Amino acid sequence: MFALYVVWPIGQSLALSFYQWDGLSDPTYIGWDNYIELWYDPTFLVALKNNLIWLVLYMLAVPLGLGIALLLNQTVTGIRLIKSLFFFPFVISQVVVGLVFAWFYDPNNGLLNIVLAWFGFDPVSILSDEDLVTYGIIAAGLWPQTAYCMILYLTGLNSVSPDVVEAGKIDGAQGFRMLWSVVLPQLRPATFIAVVVTVIGALRSFDLIAIMTQGGPYQQSQVLAYYMYEQALSEYGYRMGYGSAIAAVLFAIMMVYIVGFLVKMYRDERGL
Amino acid sequence: MNKNLTAIAAAALLAGTAQAGTLVINTDDQNPAPKAAFEYAIDSFKAANPDVTVEWNNFDREGYKTRIRNFLTADAPDVATWYPGNRMAPFVDAGLFMDISDVWAAEGLDTEMASTQATMTRDGKQYMIPYSYYQWGIYYRKDLFDKVGVTVPETWDELLAASATLKENGITPFTIGSKFKWTTGGWFDYLNLRSNGYEFHMDLTSGKVPYTDSRVQAVFDRWDELVGNGYFIDNHATYNWQEGMAPMVQGDAAMYLIGNFAVAPFKEAGLTEDQLGFFQFPEITKGMPMAEDAPADAFFIPAGAKNVEDAKKFMAHIASPEVQTEMNKILGQLPPSSAAQVNDDPYLNAGFKMLSNAYALAQFYDRDAPAAMAKAGMDGFQEYMVKPDRRQAILENLDRVVDRVYK
Repeated sequence: MFALYVVWPIGQSLALSFYQWDGLSDPTYIGWDNYIELWYDPTFLVALKNNLIWLVLYMLAVPLGLGIALLLNQTVTGIRLIKSLFFFPFVISQVVVGLVFAWFYDPNNGLLNIVLAWFGFDPVSILSDEDLVTYGIIAAGLWPQTAYCMILYLTGLNSVSPDVVEAGKIDGAQGFRMLWSVVLPQLRPATFIAVVVTVIGALRSFDLIAIMTQGGPYQQSQVLAYYMYEQALSEYGYRMGYGSAIAAVLFAIMMVYIVGFLVKMYRDERGL
Repeated sequence: MNKNLTAIAAAALLAGTAQAGTLVINTDDQNPAPKAAFEYAIDSFKAANPDVTVEWNNFDREGYKTRIRNFLTADAPDVATWYPGNRMAPFVDAGLFMDISDVWAAEGLDTEMASTQATMTRDGKQYMIPYSYYQWGIYYRKDLFDKVGVTVPETWDELLAASATLKENGITPFTIGSKFKWTTGGWFDYLNLRSNGYEFHMDLTSGKVPYTDSRVQAVFDRWDELVGNGYFIDNHATYNWQEGMAPMVQGDAAMYLIGNFAVAPFKEAGLTEDQLGFFQFPEITKGMPMAEDAPADAFFIPAGAKNVEDAKKFMAHIASPEVQTEMNKILGQLPPSSAAQVNDDPYLNAGFKMLSNAYALAQFYDRDAPAAMAKAGMDGFQEYMVKPDRRQAILENLDRVVDRVYK
């Protein structure tokens, strides 16, 4: 099953990246031409750069999630309700998140600019500003992703042994020291999962871009996943080979990241 | 047991013969007006051909663009809708569309549909029959023009003067929503058609001229005169074309270069016919014959159609003046057949008059240029409208795309 549904399509799409194919006529073999073109394609370079920005900034979801989880990990009346409210952004669809943030950023009637106006700032149009647009979308993405990391840490915190925390207290650990040396090591499995899903989430960032900007203004918020879709499957695309080449690059980045992370985890577990 | 099987086989055979009189039609618009127009076309066809069973599948417009590739290769219908010009070219080249030149000849369409024939044709053969088309032009607020005392401009200088007056009175001359970039293609088309003419437009969209050509530079010089003076609304890259209408409805902007499909939403948003006017894009190069953008929607027969005989009957039905008249009355658009009657509506009358006198009809930048070129081109136009100082770099990049697309 794994071979049929995972390995075979990967192999096929890698093979396709050496062809020029519009999905209708016969594919033509063109060797490395797709990859050479990628190298000179300004949009591809923008997408690659944006993917790196996504990777770095999306990681904020992990500490943010941890912070909220620690805040909510107490026994007060109604805490369950509050926990569910914090988890809410992850439950709603990415499409809805995209729409909500697009309205939030709207230069004329959006909440963001109304608030900025109170403080005397000029309105900014985040989604049509080439320098801000990627950060605007990442901020929207962080909202559900933080909730996801939070829930991972909340489950993790349940399994933190009270005995060890007690022992830490006796040894005089407090505050940050307690968190760093006592609690966090026990949360390692949760951290592992949180980082992996966040990396994958950052590299797959697609829905938000499709909803909020479609890669615009003029391709400045493009990322590899959306660019691949646009080239291979959108109205103006149908360059299957070129799309596959983009997919291959994206796949390579994911592999480097995930393999690197797995190796590190493996070493850590063996105490090397 | 065996008896049962034979019975099933016999039933299947019977069903098979019954299928011969079935006509499968795929259409691509679920909006109320187009849906009603298709319904009318199919119902009137059924009334005229009671022996044919029609099976009608109506898809949504965006999804259809992907589906057509699947159903044409896997399970072709007998008749389907699509766009002519360069949008049909890859399918025609892949042998997926049926040559219907015989229907054109038999129905006398070479004369009745002369204005759109060129875009239905590839390598001398006709592949589609149009059922509707519409004009592009400048829709404007009559009351705002009256208020600041400007009249409808007929030349470029008059347009610039009118824009300056509007701007002085705190009204942005032009609105646009360029989030979906095709609206910028309309601007490029018209500036280019008026500066350099129809033949140059076709040469450019078929890759014979580079974008760094001095004539394309001249187009951008005109565009600069609008962009550089702040004659377009701010932040237009945030809005889609419908959102771009808002400033005009609110009275903050006065003009919108758009297709006739904008009239219905303008009216829904509260503009009356006394407020909303239409005029032809003004002359730029003196004496240049006026060509217009007038995209058409059309039917075709897939090469894999099973019921070709009835499909051709249906095509002839669509081409008939009565059906063309009635469908476009429902659609609020123009019938491509010159024998059909235009619905009495001020915008359609204006459009019909303009298109009847047009020197030639272009389909639109993204239908005349191949898809990959159109995509890059419109990205460039949008970038230019936001960052006009990057014009040279944008045009040089488009030349690289030209080298790739037309090789």
